[in-house]
Amino acid sequence: MDSGIDIKYVADLARLELSPEQEAKLQNELSSVVNYIAELAEVDVTGVEPTAHAAALTNVWREDAAKESFPRQDMLANAPGVIHEELIRVPRVLPSEEE
Amino acid sequence: MDIRKATLHSLADALKNKEFSAIELCQEYLKQIDARDGEIGAFLEIDRENMLNAARASDERRAAGAVLSDFDGLPIAVKDNIAVKGERCSCASKLLEPVKSPYDATAVSGLKKQGFIPFGRLNMDEFAMGSSCENSAFKRTANPLDTSRVPGGSSGGSAACVAADFAPAALGSDTGGSIRQPAAFCGVVGVKPTYGRVSRYGLVAFASSLDQIGPLCNDAEDAGIILDAISGADPHDSTTLPAAVGNYAAAAREGAASGSLAGLKFGLPKEYFTSGMDSAVAKVMDETIAKVKALGGEIVDVSLPHTKYAVAVYYIIATAEASANLARFDGIRYGARKEGNGLVDTYYKSRGAGFGDEVKRRILLGTYVLSSGYYDAYYLRAQRVRTLIRKDFEDAFTKCDLLLTPVSPGVAFKFNEKSDPLQMYLSDIFTIALNLSGHCGISIPAGIDPASNMPIAAQIMAPALGEASMLKAAAAFMRA
Repeated sequence: MDSGIDIKYVADLARLELSPEQEAKLQNELSSVVNYIAELAEVDVTGVEPTAHAAALTNVWREDAAKESFPRQDMLANAPGVIHEELIRVPRVLPSEEE
Repeated sequence: MDIRKATLHSLADALKNKEFSAIELCQEYLKQIDARDGEIGAFLEIDRENMLNAARASDERRAAGAVLSDFDGLPIAVKDNIAVKGERCSCASKLLEPVKSPYDATAVSGLKKQGFIPFGRLNMDEFAMGSSCENSAFKRTANPLDTSRVPGGSSGGSAACVAADFAPAALGSDTGGSIRQPAAFCGVVGVKPTYGRVSRYGLVAFASSLDQIGPLCNDAEDAGIILDAISGADPHDSTTLPAAVGNYAAAAREGAASGSLAGLKFGLPKEYFTSGMDSAVAKVMDETIAKVKALGGEIVDVSLPHTKYAVAVYYIIATAEASANLARFDGIRYGARKEGNGLVDTYYKSRGAGFGDEVKRRILLGTYVLSSGYYDAYYLRAQRVRTLIRKDFEDAFTKCDLLLTPVSPGVAFKFNEKSDPLQMYLSDIFTIALNLSGHCGISIPAGIDPASNMPIAAQIMAPALGEASMLKAAAAFMRA
């Protein structure tokens, strides 16, 4: 199996800023981890169902009824920026005209 | 009052007999913390006022004859990835440094209902990713038994806290051994419950299909006392099991009273005894097997044939789940934001500045194994091998009642001794398969390495929901 991990590409998918030094270091470290996990290719998994989690439960239902949730102020308290005491302030979403 | 190695049950008796009050007890623990935590570094923060107020309220209940349980007034310290209302919960990460919990984790409210006093924020590897506590963004935690060594991880603060007598018990979380390995390194007891036994509500998710909250403490009965308080179905976590909560403390008491393992079959998985453990660990395991036989237990050989793939499966599944779970930490809704040029750049910068190296490594690996072209080869294949690993355990438990294995291939290592990530991952070999299979396990002190004078632990694993028989056996073993 191709064990090439392209750190730049994957970091982009993960929205993770890396310094050039970090990039080089991680490329090196993760290549050896990827080589190691590639050993799974040798296991015969023909006809074996995947396990998503270990609790043998299927759907758990609750009544479809509206319930009190947490007060909005409590939930906003951890946001780094809040406006009008009820909205999360975010940076500009669309590029400005000059760009 | 002597708090050294004090158990919850002995302290509960002392409170009942009015030997001291809850407030005197909490002050005694704070005194010990003041004397030694500068050197150990188990805690990130302690809200003393809250703790002492809770102790005062407990003493008032006791004076009024209205205790919530026998354990009303006993402090239990909490790992920094478990929510305690009004306290900060940072997962030892810069990204979540300012975050305060708006609610209690279900495990924490379970403790509060019995009058326990959850307190403090215990250091850990950032987002529970690590085996030494060296990945905390804030401080280093030393092993109280030898401060040049790590306490283990990721619940290193929890294990160090109990070993240093900063609290009689602590909550930790175990995704691949993060309770059992630090318990082993610090010479205390640690339990990873069956997946679904304890609600994960209020536990910051690392790998949702593997994470469980559990106790670190001084004996098997205390582990049972805490499990009695925190186990059970929870509407906030749909993976909790509906099975009735066993009387875990009573089972452990019974085991301690009998001191016998008669009638129990202990399986030794041959793959755990072939190679890869230090000679001191091998010697302690030989002694442990001899002791199990002397106590009337029967030893049988079993096989877990897919053991050699467990580390690879684990680091695919755990990192894949982590990359998804940690996607929401983007500097928008919680924690620290590093403003960039627009929204998307703010994601890059906040995550780049907020996460430490190990967290970045795991997010990248997880993103990679889930990415287009690699999903089938890595993630899906790992889930299939996980099925085989789980089946190995189910097959083994048809031949024996419990499994007996080491916890870690060696004793607590020194700081900076394991700098290669892959070498660090491989040291989890004896603990991670159990998270993949979902069964329960306990780490119990079993011996000492004469060369380093550090503790060595044995692990007893039990079938799903086998906590009662596991604790009973552990208590019998520890009494003798």
